[in-house]
Amino acid sequence: MAKWQCLVCGFIYDEALGLPEEGIAPGTKWQDIPEDWVCPDCGVSKSEFEMIEIS
Amino acid sequence: MAEPVIIVGSGLAGYTLAREFRKLDKNTPLAIVTRDGGAFYSKPMLSNALTGGKSPEQLAVFGAQDMATQLQAEILVRTVATAIDRDGKTVDILADGATAKRSYSRLVLAMGAEPIHLDILGDGVDRLVSVNDLDDYARFRSELVRAERIAVLGGGLVGCEFANDLCAAGKTVHVIEPAHGPLQRFLPAPAQQAVKEALEQLGVHWHFGSMLAELHRDGESRRAVLKRADDSGEHIDLDVDLVLSAVGLRPRVHLADAAGVQIARGIVVDRALRTSDPDIFALGDCAEVSGHVLPFVQPLMNAARALAKTLAGQETKVTYPAMPIVVKTPACPTVVLPPPDRHPGSWSIDERGDGIRAVFNSPEGSPLGFALTGAATGEKVALAKVIPGLLE
Repeated sequence: MAKWQCLVCGFIYDEALGLPEEGIAPGTKWQDIPEDWVCPDCGVSKSEFEMIEIS
Repeated sequence: MAEPVIIVGSGLAGYTLAREFRKLDKNTPLAIVTRDGGAFYSKPMLSNALTGGKSPEQLAVFGAQDMATQLQAEILVRTVATAIDRDGKTVDILADGATAKRSYSRLVLAMGAEPIHLDILGDGVDRLVSVNDLDDYARFRSELVRAERIAVLGGGLVGCEFANDLCAAGKTVHVIEPAHGPLQRFLPAPAQQAVKEALEQLGVHWHFGSMLAELHRDGESRRAVLKRADDSGEHIDLDVDLVLSAVGLRPRVHLADAAGVQIARGIVVDRALRTSDPDIFALGDCAEVSGHVLPFVQPLMNAARALAKTLAGQETKVTYPAMPIVVKTPACPTVVLPPPDRHPGSWSIDERGDGIRAVFNSPEGSPLGFALTGAATGEKVALAKVIPGLLE
């Protein structure tokens, strides 16, 4: 399970934890997150490589 | 060829606008004038970079050259915009001691805000720094190498985040704050208490009701003289190596003001981000959008998307939904959506073992804001949905 970090605001998406409050189950891989998903903290979109793998 | 769109500033506001604009318009020439080195970096990450294991160089994810290529833009680094000629539609720029004039079709001011500097007496103020951009941060990190005891001025958002980061990285941290709790502008008392206790447990020394009055040289270290904010005459001395000032920001309005563009607290713009001059726009920390000065990431992202459309020919008003602010204090995760200033109402506070859920309700009982700590931060998204936006 990897973690991804938003290049704009530093928000970290942890695949192991998911984002249950947004309906993304724990264990959801980054590539399985819908393309229209946006960073919950700053609103940048998934499709622009603004998330980077950090571990 | 058409005159370029010129953006002054290469922070998140300027670069995000440029990126959004290029998605819509690949042809109009674009120039970005920046007084710094033009690297793209995440400003919110500056206050957690120590524990995140990031050096200033690593924070600069793209250099000015990369950005110029990505954005198909001319990027003028270490260049200061000194004056605007609104009739001639030119901007004076200064680099390496030489001035030049640049014509614009539309000018965008994305100049950010200036850290407020307090008047501190004494010969030790050479160790008083503030961090508001990557250059500042690089200097701060080089000072930090030989600094173990740090005083942070201001227990607001930036002060608390830096205090958490410095303390978690093993520094001795003192926070000096005139109010009686951290994040006083944003949080109801029980949530302030939660942040205070969590950071205390991490090792932060709080000095509430206090202000730094003097900073004196004492060999290699500095003696900070704190006086009581209530003028009781009491004072205490602290030996420190470095003082980080985080007492607030003031929008950079001088360039607009000198050109006769309307200013108030910030550069006054309407919901299309347009100033009193129809060809000059402003966004980000320097702008006052329909009366709101909001120096946070989400408002400027929304503004950048709207302004990009307007500049590309499709007049668009910015919308501000309910935009919670994430306080990056891992010792006590905190999210806050401040209720409107001076709005009547009251906090309804639910203190649980693993966090606080506080909702600010109007006298009629509609939620207008919230503050969440610990496990309750998971309710951010659900709560933000039921709170009216600022500009809809």
